[in-house]
Amino acid sequence: MLDFLEIFQRVFKKESVSSKKVAKERLRLVLVHDRTSMSPQVLEFLKEDLIKVISKYMDIDTEGLEVNFSKEDDSIALVASIPVIKVKRLSTS
Amino acid sequence: MGEVIVVTSGKGGVGKTTTTANIGTGLALLGYHVVLVDTDIGLRNLDVVLGLENRIVYDIVDVTSGNCRLKQALIKDKRFEGLYLLPAAQTKEKTAVSVSQMVDLCNDLEKEFDYVLVDCPAGIEQGFKNAIAGAHKAVVVTTPEVAAVRDADRVIGLLEAAEIKDPLLIINRFRPEMAKKGNMMDIDDVIEILAIELLGVIPEDELIVISTNKGEPAVLNQQSIAGQAYRNVSRRITGETVPLLKLDVSNGLLMRLRKLIGMG
Ligand SMILES: Nc1ncnc2c1ncn2[C@@H]1O[C@H](COP(=O)(O)OP(=O)(O)OP(=O)(O)O)[C@@H](O)[C@H]1O
Ligand SMILES: [Mg+2]
Repeated sequence: MLDFLEIFQRVFKKESVSSKKVAKERLRLVLVHDRTSMSPQVLEFLKEDLIKVISKYMDIDTEGLEVNFSKEDDSIALVASIPVIKVKRLSTS
Repeated sequence: MGEVIVVTSGKGGVGKTTTTANIGTGLALLGYHVVLVDTDIGLRNLDVVLGLENRIVYDIVDVTSGNCRLKQALIKDKRFEGLYLLPAAQTKEKTAVSVSQMVDLCNDLEKEFDYVLVDCPAGIEQGFKNAIAGAHKAVVVTTPEVAAVRDADRVIGLLEAAEIKDPLLIINRFRPEMAKKGNMMDIDDVIEILAIELLGVIPEDELIVISTNKGEPAVLNQQSIAGQAYRNVSRRITGETVPLLKLDVSNGLLMRLRKLIGMG
C-alpha cells in the first residue's frame, strides 16, 4: 500500500528516470556482451580458471556452473552461479 | 601523397553519405584536391546528394574491371575547383569489386588527390570490407541512439582488427533541447561509451533535407547550422584546432533570426 508520503513524492517529484539514463545503461550492458562475445573463448577460459581455483576448496557441479554479466544499479557485475556439491574438509596432511 | 579516409557507421541511415558529401565539399572549399568514392554498390546515393547524378558515364566497377580508365570515370564538380566523384555502380552486385581491387584503386587515387573520402555502405559485410580496405583513417558516424551507438562500437572493433587506428567520431542529428531535458544521450555519454576521439557534432537540421533536395551540400549554405558544423569538421581534418559549436545558443539565435526574417 502506498502511504501518503509516497503518493506525494510520485506526484511532485520527477516522475520518471530520464530516458537518456535508461539508454546509457542499456548500452553499457549490451556492449559488455557485444565486446566479450567478440572473443567467446575468453569467457570460457575464465570459467575454466574459476573451476580450478574453487575446486581446491569444494566439489562443484562444473556442468551447472554459469558465468554472466549483469547490471547492478549503475555498474556492471560479473555474476557466477556455482552449484556446490560438497565442501571439502580442510586437511593439512 | 593524399590521405584515404573511410566514412562508416555499421547502422544504416545515420548520415554517412551526408557526412562524406559535406566534408568533401568543405575540404574543396578550403582549396584541397578531393575525390569522393561511393562504394555503396547497388544503392548509389552520393551522386544525388552532390547533385551530380546526370553526369555519370562510368562507375567504380567500370574502373576496377578495366572497362575504362580511372580519369574517365571521375566526375568533376563544376561549381568549385578540386572536387571529384567516383560514383558507385547501380546495377551490379556488391561482390563486383574485390578487396585487392579497392586497395589498388585507393593507391592510385591518393597519388592524385589530397583527400580520398570513401563513403561506406551500411553493414559489416563485403561492402564494408571493401570500403575500409584502402583506408588510412576512419570516421565513424553515429546518432545519439542506442542501436546506432551499439553498431558504431562493433565497427570500431572491426576497424581496430583491420589495423585502422584511432577512428574519429561524428555524432550526427544531435538535438540539444532533447539532451537538455534528459531525453537524448548527451555528447559526453556517447564519447564515454565509445571511448574514441570526437571529430564533430552535427545538429539535427531541416536544411540538410532541403540541401539534399537541391543537390547542394549544406556546407554551401551559410544559414545551415549543420553546414557550419561540417565546415568546422573539414577544418579539423586538415589539422586545425576548431572549438565545438555552441549548439543550444547559436541554434536558438539562428531560429530567432530566421523567424525574424520570415524563414522559420
Ligand atoms: N543532421 C541531419 N539533420 C537532418 N537530417 C539528416 C541529418 N543527417 C542526415 N539526415 C537525413 O538522414 C537521412 C539519411 O542520411 P544519409 O543518406 O546520409 O545516411 P547514410 O548513413 O548514408 O545511409 P545508408 O546507410 O543508407 O547509406 C537522409 O534523408 C538525410 O537527409
Ligand atoms: Mg549512404
